[in-house]
Formats: sequence, C-alpha cells, structure tokens
Amino acid sequence: MTMNWIAIGDISEIPLRGARCVKTPVGKVAVFRTAENEVFAIEDHCPHKGGPLSQGIVHGNAVTCPLHNWVISLETGKALGADEGAVRTIPVKNDNGALFIALESLALAAAE
Amino acid sequence: MAEQTPEKLVIIGNGMAPGRMLEELFEKAPGRYQVTIFNAEPRVNYDRIMLSPVLSGEKDYEEIIIHGDGWYIKHGITLYKGHKIIGIDRNAKTVTSDHGVTESYDKLVIATGSVPFIIPVPGKELQGVITYRDLDDVQAMLLAAQSREKAVVIGGGLLGLEAAAGLKARGMDVTVLHVMPTLMERQLDPAAGYLLQKAVEERGIKVLTKANTKRILGETRVEGIELEDGRIIPATLVVMAVGIRPNAGLAKDAGLAVNRGIVVDAGMKTSDGDIMALGECAEVDGMVYGLVAPLYEMARVAASHLAGDRKAAFVHSDTPTKLKVTGINLYSVGDFADGDGREEIVLRDATAGIYKRLVLKENRIIGSVLYGDTADGAWFNDLLKRGTDISEMRDTLIFGQAYQGGAPLDPTAAVAALQDDAEICGCNGVCKGKIVSTITSKGLTSLDEVRAHTKASASCGSCTGLVEQLMSLTLGDSYNPTAVQPVCGCTDLGHDEVRRLIKAKGLKTIPAVMQELEWKTSCGCAKCRPALNYYLVCDWPDEYADDYQSRFINERVHANIQKDGTYSVVPRMWGGVTNSQELRAIADVVDKFNVPMVKVTGGQRIDLLGIEKEDLPAVWADLGKAGFVSGQAYAKGLRTVKTCVGSEWCRFGTQDSTGLGIRIEKFMWGSWTPAKVKMAVSGCPRNCAEATCKDVGVVCVDSGYEIHFAGAAGLDIKGTEVLGLVRTEDEALEHIVALTQMYREQARYLERIYKWAKRVGLDEIRRQIMDDAEKRKAYYDRFVFSQKFAQVDPWSERVSGKDKHEFKPMATVGFNQAAE
Repeated sequence: MTMNWIAIGDISEIPLRGARCVKTPVGKVAVFRTAENEVFAIEDHCPHKGGPLSQGIVHGNAVTCPLHNWVISLETGKALGADEGAVRTIPVKNDNGALFIALESLALAAAE
Repeated sequence: MAEQTPEKLVIIGNGMAPGRMLEELFEKAPGRYQVTIFNAEPRVNYDRIMLSPVLSGEKDYEEIIIHGDGWYIKHGITLYKGHKIIGIDRNAKTVTSDHGVTESYDKLVIATGSVPFIIPVPGKELQGVITYRDLDDVQAMLLAAQSREKAVVIGGGLLGLEAAAGLKARGMDVTVLHVMPTLMERQLDPAAGYLLQKAVEERGIKVLTKANTKRILGETRVEGIELEDGRIIPATLVVMAVGIRPNAGLAKDAGLAVNRGIVVDAGMKTSDGDIMALGECAEVDGMVYGLVAPLYEMARVAASHLAGDRKAAFVHSDTPTKLKVTGINLYSVGDFADGDGREEIVLRDATAGIYKRLVLKENRIIGSVLYGDTADGAWFNDLLKRGTDISEMRDTLIFGQAYQGGAPLDPTAAVAALQDDAEICGCNGVCKGKIVSTITSKGLTSLDEVRAHTKASASCGSCTGLVEQLMSLTLGDSYNPTAVQPVCGCTDLGHDEVRRLIKAKGLKTIPAVMQELEWKTSCGCAKCRPALNYYLVCDWPDEYADDYQSRFINERVHANIQKDGTYSVVPRMWGGVTNSQELRAIADVVDKFNVPMVKVTGGQRIDLLGIEKEDLPAVWADLGKAGFVSGQAYAKGLRTVKTCVGSEWCRFGTQDSTGLGIRIEKFMWGSWTPAKVKMAVSGCPRNCAEATCKDVGVVCVDSGYEIHFAGAAGLDIKGTEVLGLVRTEDEALEHIVALTQMYREQARYLERIYKWAKRVGLDEIRRQIMDDAEKRKAYYDRFVFSQKFAQVDPWSERVSGKDKHEFKPMATVGFNQAAE
C-alpha cells in the first residue's frame, strides 16, 4: 500500500517534550516531540479509559496518561510496565521539520 | 580466674583516636580497665572529619556524634567534659585538671591531638580571626556567616578548601589565599590542582595563589588582609587553615621524650612505660599523622597492647586523600613527583572535567591522582599496595578496572574482582573479606548495620557506594540498597536527599539535577519531573524558569481535566464571598459556552464543568473582564480559604473571620506548595468554616486567633493540631505564612501538611514557628520574596496569548486531503 502523506504543520509548533493533537475524520491523533527531537504519532485515546494522551507528560519515548498514569510507548503504542493494552501508532514523516502523517491504517480500522 | 580489681586507665583527650581505641579495647579485654577520660572540649566524641558537612549545612552536629552519652554510661566510663589536664605527676602516677580534679592511673594514654598553626603575622589576635579545628570553630564561622559578608580563608589545602566551600554555601563572599602556585600541592600534581582551582572558582569562590599574607588589618575586629605584594582584601572573617602541629606541650612538661610530637615506639609507648600516646600528638618513627586511617591504626595497636598483646606494631602506609566538598571528586595516593626511572600514564577529558594520572616505576604503580572520576581509586590503590606488575594491562590500565580483560561494565564486577584483603574503607582500614564475612555471619541486611559492625564507610562516607556494592554482591537481590523510598525508578535517591542536594550543589535546572545526581533516565518520568520542577520553583524563585512540560496537565492549562477530556473551571472567590456582578458574569459564561453543569464546591467556590479545551481561553477572557482570576482549584498550591461570616454578621462571632480569610487568600494566592493546601477561618469555636480539618485553620476566640494545622478530610480523616494562640490578625498572618513556607521548603512532593508534620514532629514545628521569632521572620521573608514571582494570574497570561498552542489542534485534516 502506498502512503498518502498529509501535511500537519511544522515541528516547531510542538513544544519539546510536548504534544499537539490533530483532528481527523477517524478521531484525534496525538503528535509528540521528544527531548531528542524525535516525532511520533499515536491515537489520542488511552487504551485504559480513553484519556487524551496528548495532554500527558512526555518522558523519554513514552507518555504518561493524564487520567490514571498509564505509561504508553510512543514507538509501539503499547502500555509499559504492568499494564496491558495498546493504541495504534500512525506513520509520521519529518521532512526537515515539515511533518506529515499517513492515515491509512486508521481509516482501514474505521472501515472495519 | 578470680575476679580482679580493674586497673585504672586514664585518657587525656576524647577525640576519634582514643574513642576507637576504647571500642577495640572493650572488645578485646572487657572489664579489665576502669576508664576515666578528660576532655578539654565540653562534649562527647564526634566525627571531626564531618565538620565540613556541618559547616556547609549538609549535616547536623547530632548526626556526627560517634559516642553518645549512653555509650559512656554503658561502659562505666567517667567522662570529665570541659576539663583540661594541666599537669601529669609521673612519680605519684596522677593527673590534675584545671578544675582541680586529680585522678590516679595505672596506665595513662595521652591523646591531646593537635593545635592549628597560627601564622605569626601582625593582627593574628584580632576578633574575627579563627582557626578550623573543632565544633566551636564551626559555630563561630556559622555565626560570622550570618552577616553574609566577606571571608578570607588562608590555606588552600584540604581543610581550607572545605572551609571555603562551607562558608560559600552559607552565603558568604569567600576568597582563598594560598602560598603555593597550585592548590593542595601536597596531594595533587599541578594539572589536577588547576582543575580543582577551576572547579572551586566555578562555585563563586575567589582563589589567589602565590599569596603571602603580610598582616591582618583592623582595630579590634578584623577588617581585611594585606598581602606581601601590597594587595588589600577586605574581610570580616579570617579563617586560618594552614596546617596543624602536634599538641605535645603537656607531655614535654612531664619530661617525656618529645620531638615534633610525643615520641612513641611501634607499640605506642612513650619514654615512660606506663604512658602511651596516640593520635595526632604522637610521633612514630619520625612521622606524625593527620588523616584518620593511620590514627585508627594507632588506636588498634594501642588497644592490643593494653589488652596484653605485645606483638601488635604500627606500620606506615600511604593514605589516600579525598576532598569532602559536594560535587568535587578528587583522589590521590602515593608518590607522584616526576623523577628518574618513572613513567606516567595520563588521561584528560577537558569537557567532562576528568584528569587521571598514574605514576609507574618498574611496571608498578607508585602514585595516582584522579580528578573528576574517582571510581577506580580503590583499585589503583590496591595495585599500588600489592606492588602488582601491571605490564600485561598497561594499555588499558588508565581506563580502570572495568576495562580489563574485556569484562562487561557491570558496576559490581569491579568490586567482585577485588581480593579479599583489598581495602574498601580507607578511614577505618576495613578490607573486603571482613565486610563480606561480617554480613554473612551476622546476617546483616542494611547499610547502617554494616557500618555498626564493621565501621566500613562510617567515617567520611566516601566508600559508601563500594560497601553497598559489596552488600548487593553478598546478599543478591534480597538487598535493598536504600531504606529510603527513591523518588521514582529514575534515581536511587529519596526526596529529602534530592532536596538537600539541590540546595547544597546549587542546582537550578532539571537537566542539571539529573546530570549531577546521576539520573538513570535521559529526561526523567511523570513522577520525578513534576517533583523536581516544584523543588526548583520553591528553592530558586527568582532564578528558575518554570518548566511547563514537567507540570501535570491541570497546572499547564489552569483547569481540571475530567474523565471525558473536557475541563472544569473555578474562578477565585476570595474567602468564598461573591456579588451580583460576579454571579451575572458567571451566568453569562454558562449561557455563552453551553456549560453543561454548574456546581458549588466544598471550598465555597463555583465550578463550571464540561468545558472544551479549545474554549478555555475565551471562557477566561470573559471571566477576567468581570474581575475574576484563576481559582487554582487544580494546583499543588493554595486552593481556597473558606470562611464563616464572623463578627461582621454573626451574633457569636468574635473576630472578623471573613476579612482575615480574604486577607490570607489575597496574600498567599499563586504560591506553589508540595501538595494542595486548603485553609479555613472560623469566627468562633462553633467552627462553621470547619477549620479543624484543614491543612491550616484559624479558630477565632475572644482573646485572639487560635492557629491550627495538619488536619485532613480526604483519604484520611484527622482533626487539626493546635500550633498556638496569637493576639492580632497581623500575627496570625505572619505565623500562617511562616508555617506554609517551612512546609514548602521541607516536605516531599505530594506530601500533605499532616504527613509532613507527622514526619518532622509537631513540637519541632511549634518550636520554629511559635518560639523562634527569628526563624519565623526568615520563613516569612522568603515566602514574601517568592510571591513576587508567583503572583501572576495564569488566566490573563493565557488570554494575552501565552502558550496558545496548548489550546488549539495543530491541524484539522480530512480524507479529501489524503486523496490529493
């Protein structure tokens, strides 16, 4: 499957160790920028009780959900530690700071 | 054997060496001697090596006591505190103190220690010129440091630098004068001396080398120092730390052989067979000693002889030097002068501030100087002592033990590889085998127990890490290295340790804390970052830039997140009082933004629930126009001051409780605290504002204001404790503010006042806030200072555009874009 990359903005619009969310027809996507300037995108919906992950504290390559402190890996979308669960990860492209996401996997999931 | 009358053992001096000797003696020959000690200092035996941490504020006197009063009682020792011996009568075998007490002896031990060397310059007797030797000197320095004025330390050796760092930590402007071209030239080579000077200067301490003092200036009090080259350095305190000399006058007067020190043989006997000498006053084989390890060795030998073992003999060995200034690591041992037939291996890493130098002779280490990274000090010292041939590992030797033989970088591997007789604790001469066997045979599980049984790491503490590694090697996973609960998985340090080190090391950013305290993760976690952010906001209110990314979402967007991701907004209503105009503004906001729920809170506020994040700035803008500021209902900070109507309306009211509540709230709003703080003021003991289950409460009475604290009405339910009664409203405010500041400075993040109070003790809090007016004022002033930076309404800041990214989606995309 070829990816359709959708421009979402520039990396400088996301604070370091922070996140912004992107509204899409298939729900909110949380886009993270880590201390190391890496960018990740995952569903903005904690596998535990649906908390908005984009509002959590970002540390290393993980985010802690603001509702009940689940820690979610930004790389795999999986809950870390003793908790079990996962969110979908979304492909991100960082082209010299210009950010793009590809929504196929979410769209497919929504169509299921 | 029939019971014998114990022999009389008299000891002159109560320092660390005789203290250690007695410990060994009681173990080797319990009950053999009836012991009497004369101590010129009016106190028990304490750890002199730890005076510098007391000076810098990292430890209290109580923490450095070696033998408390109970120890003397338990061993039946008569201790004359504050008695100086003025004469020894060797014929009568008696000693006499300056208070006229005469005691006879069978065996006498002289342990009079040393006296600081005073350089013979004009002005040396002026007030404000002191030495650095005992607790009295530390107390004199602490007193002088309160002025926050200028101090000069003469002497750039171990003691002088520790004194300088301590005075600087206490807020003085410090200059170190050193006669030689580089610091600590007896322990460090010039390169390491230079690095040390840089590190000292980075702490804001001025260093002048090649500085010869000509005279000390002043009439009755010291005003400054004049150097040989004519320079004048103003000072209100001069500390002389240029060296010590053995205190042998008493022995000399008694006719004993005295050279530099009291001459003793390898069994610690003086020229009189019934008199021994040990410690800094003793001279063995032409050498006198000042570091603790050889002094403890003397103590061991002396105890053996007193117990009847005549074979024990003192042997000279090189003692490694370590500097006890937090954040500066250096280690040196042996001989490191250049010379024929000597080679050296040097490693420099300027960026990391690391310098390592090994001096070799015939393929054996004879000296080592480590600066910055001293982890391999013990290993190099071990190779030196053993005279190990290092030609096999010469290429990688300087990188340390972990790099030998391709062994993995397991931190315990280095310790595991050490031989059983490798020395772990240099101060107390404890080797690895002794520690391991004691742990096993006595079933020890904590560091304190290991310290108690083996003395390892019980003096200067710098080998604590090694001892802990040995414990985890010996005990495996069952060993829990820190009895203190670490802040989180990112560190082994507990909250108190972290708070102490932030202050002691002057750490002012989260990355600096993580770097200096060796955080195990690159940027912390959701537990430690908010805690560190709070500690830094609290400790450096004017300098620290609040890190919003380390705050919980509620404090970042100044509203409370709800289960569906919407927010609730609580405007501040001072003291719970409102009016028609405010209520109308709230009603308008409710209509305009379709707020689904309006609720009155337990803290006498109105809560607007179900607001979308994107609407927050607009909601605040409308509320702001009506004069509202944020109610901080989300903050680890001052939440609400609940009041009753008090003397203004109520027929029972004794004071204006509403007015006081509003005054407290207007004074204290915006302050960050370790956990939320809820207050209340009741106008009479009927207590309608429920002040007696709050973090801080006031119950007004006819005679004034009864201040309460440490209540709880959440997970735990607990009535308050009474702090005390004050007469006026002004006093009530000052006491409450001081109490809150004390809590801000001491509590662990997320620790409510009642838990903190339980931990530090109610009496201690009452003592500092009610009884000590000076402390109270200081707390009050620090709170007022920090409020200058904290009382900014976050809502108006956001409305004016600050961090507006927080409230808008970065982008809104549809599938049509994807089809382009």
